[in-house]
Amino acid sequence: MQTATSIQVDNGVNVAALLGAREALAQAPEAARFTWRARCDWVNGTHSHATIDSYHGLGEEQRHKTRFTFDADHPEVFASEDHGPTPVEYVLVGLASCLTAGIAAVAQHRDIQLRSVVATLEGSMDIQGILGMDSDVRNGFEDVRVRFEIDADATREEIEALVAQSQKRSAVYDLLTNPTNVTVSVA
Amino acid sequence: MNGDLPRRRFSPSRVLPYRVTTVVVIGAGQAGLAMSHQLDRRGIDHVVLERGEVANAWRHERWDSLRLLTPNWQCRLPGFRYAGPDPDGFMTMPEVVDFLHGYARKLSAPIHTATRVMSVRPAPGGYRVVTDAGDWQCRAVVIASGACNLPVVPALASSLPASLHSLTTRDYRHPCQLANGGVLVVGASATGVQLADEIQRSGRPVTLAVGEHVRMPRRYRGRDIQWWMEASGLLDQRFDEIDDIERARRLPSPQLMGSETPATLDLNTLETRGVQRVGRLVGLRDHTLQFSGSLAAHCAAADLKLGRLLETFDIWARHRGMDNDLAPPERFPTTRLPASPRLSLDLNRGEIRTVLWATGFRPDYRWLHVPVLDRKGRLKHHGGVVEAPGLYALGLPFMRRRKSSFIHGVDDDARELSDHLLGYLAGYPSDSSEGGKGGNRLAQCGLPRRNRMDAHPRVVLTEGD
Repeated sequence: MQTATSIQVDNGVNVAALLGAREALAQAPEAARFTWRARCDWVNGTHSHATIDSYHGLGEEQRHKTRFTFDADHPEVFASEDHGPTPVEYVLVGLASCLTAGIAAVAQHRDIQLRSVVATLEGSMDIQGILGMDSDVRNGFEDVRVRFEIDADATREEIEALVAQSQKRSAVYDLLTNPTNVTVSVA
Repeated sequence: MNGDLPRRRFSPSRVLPYRVTTVVVIGAGQAGLAMSHQLDRRGIDHVVLERGEVANAWRHERWDSLRLLTPNWQCRLPGFRYAGPDPDGFMTMPEVVDFLHGYARKLSAPIHTATRVMSVRPAPGGYRVVTDAGDWQCRAVVIASGACNLPVVPALASSLPASLHSLTTRDYRHPCQLANGGVLVVGASATGVQLADEIQRSGRPVTLAVGEHVRMPRRYRGRDIQWWMEASGLLDQRFDEIDDIERARRLPSPQLMGSETPATLDLNTLETRGVQRVGRLVGLRDHTLQFSGSLAAHCAAADLKLGRLLETFDIWARHRGMDNDLAPPERFPTTRLPASPRLSLDLNRGEIRTVLWATGFRPDYRWLHVPVLDRKGRLKHHGGVVEAPGLYALGLPFMRRRKSSFIHGVDDDARELSDHLLGYLAGYPSDSSEGGKGGNRLAQCGLPRRNRMDAHPRVVLTEGD
């Protein structure tokens, strides 16, 4: 059945290339070590301007096709000027796009044609934490909720399995659910 | 015992026998005893009620090797001080118990031991104190029952596998009571680092979960760190001159240890002894404990704060012209960290057999039936003057001063609060808006005349004894 339908299924994911990369990296695991980078310049107040340009991977320096820039700020209810999303909203963006990319890739691999995938995300936070008002309240999200609406040539169970597998292989899902050593230094 | 109890014959439906006194002091630790001394000096009739015996927590709720974090010369209470041969030593728990017993013997007020307070509730003319050995009617209550009654343990403790032995530092006595094998000590305050050290030395490999902590050397420039804290005036800092008193009250106890010969015990010492340091315990997922990736941040913050503290001391010593009497200023190496601190620990692998919670304590106010607790169950008070007329607290962390929870720190607080209490009994207005009603109550409830005679205008809180 897989061979029969695989020709028709196209989610825009080059599964063959991904599988090929996996084989190649098995021979040269050092090439699998990536370093992602971001630069952030303070603009004014809570407004900052971030740039994504180069990264390291496959054993050498790499560059995005385009230099991406992002503004981050806080909304007016925080007495800020709202020049961009808040940093925590960027975290939601990261999680959503990571899980969504995973769903597309896994669907391709499983010969499931996707027609639409829509994720809606919510992160709840008690700002008494970041305001230092209550030491029992954490700074970050108390919980994050992701809801997928997926239209695909698949049963509900298959779609649920897609979503489950995408979490299992998601970098950002891992980052949010497991601790990470973070070192902050001053140059 | 019941023979001399007054009985309310006019109220046959409630023939509760009760005794009458002006002030009930709850707890016969250093705070309750110091308060008794001060009340005595002011001629205020009172009793001290103690659930166990004098110095009960020191006697029954501490581990065997513990010594005071403060040197003997600093052990003093109103009208009493250490007079032994070793002023620079650190008392063991039996020595602390002896010290407080010696003090209690000098007091004239009755100390009712083996008397557990079951309830304190407002009653006409003051408070009704219900105990398992009879009731008391009084005008004022001093809560001196301590800040360390109930261990505070994170919620995830209840989800640990049953095969793991989990205990708090209140139940810990010595390493032999733990199974052989690894021990996770959670918390790196004075208690956490001392027990991590002792358990590691017993041959049980220790992993220490470290969050926010306060680093301090035992000695600095040839003097005990407590000498610096006291002489420079830091311990006398008042609660109303601190920017964020709530935060100051929550500060973990500094990484200090009392020992036969003075020694510093910090995370670097523990590293040398082989203790594995990990970040704050933040989660339990399936069978895996998760540690925060913030160990570096917490250690860097503690190093910075230590540097600032020593800088403060150096400036103070220079201004006082003491540099020639002291060893030269020194700075300590920064906290050494594992290259990549461990973030998880799979409990199924048997690496640890015991979890020891050194995660702090909170007071127990379950018996306090007066609406003076905030939404988190903490006592609402202003420097020990509780938000209910005639109700006082003593011995809580940074209650009136940074030293408030130290043995020697209770002296000034007890003096000031007993003055306040005297003013309250005399019916003079006080910090508490309802304080003025006290005078009327005095007339209404017919309490011993002596107190009315002795009462005089409220003394200024900072006046010396």
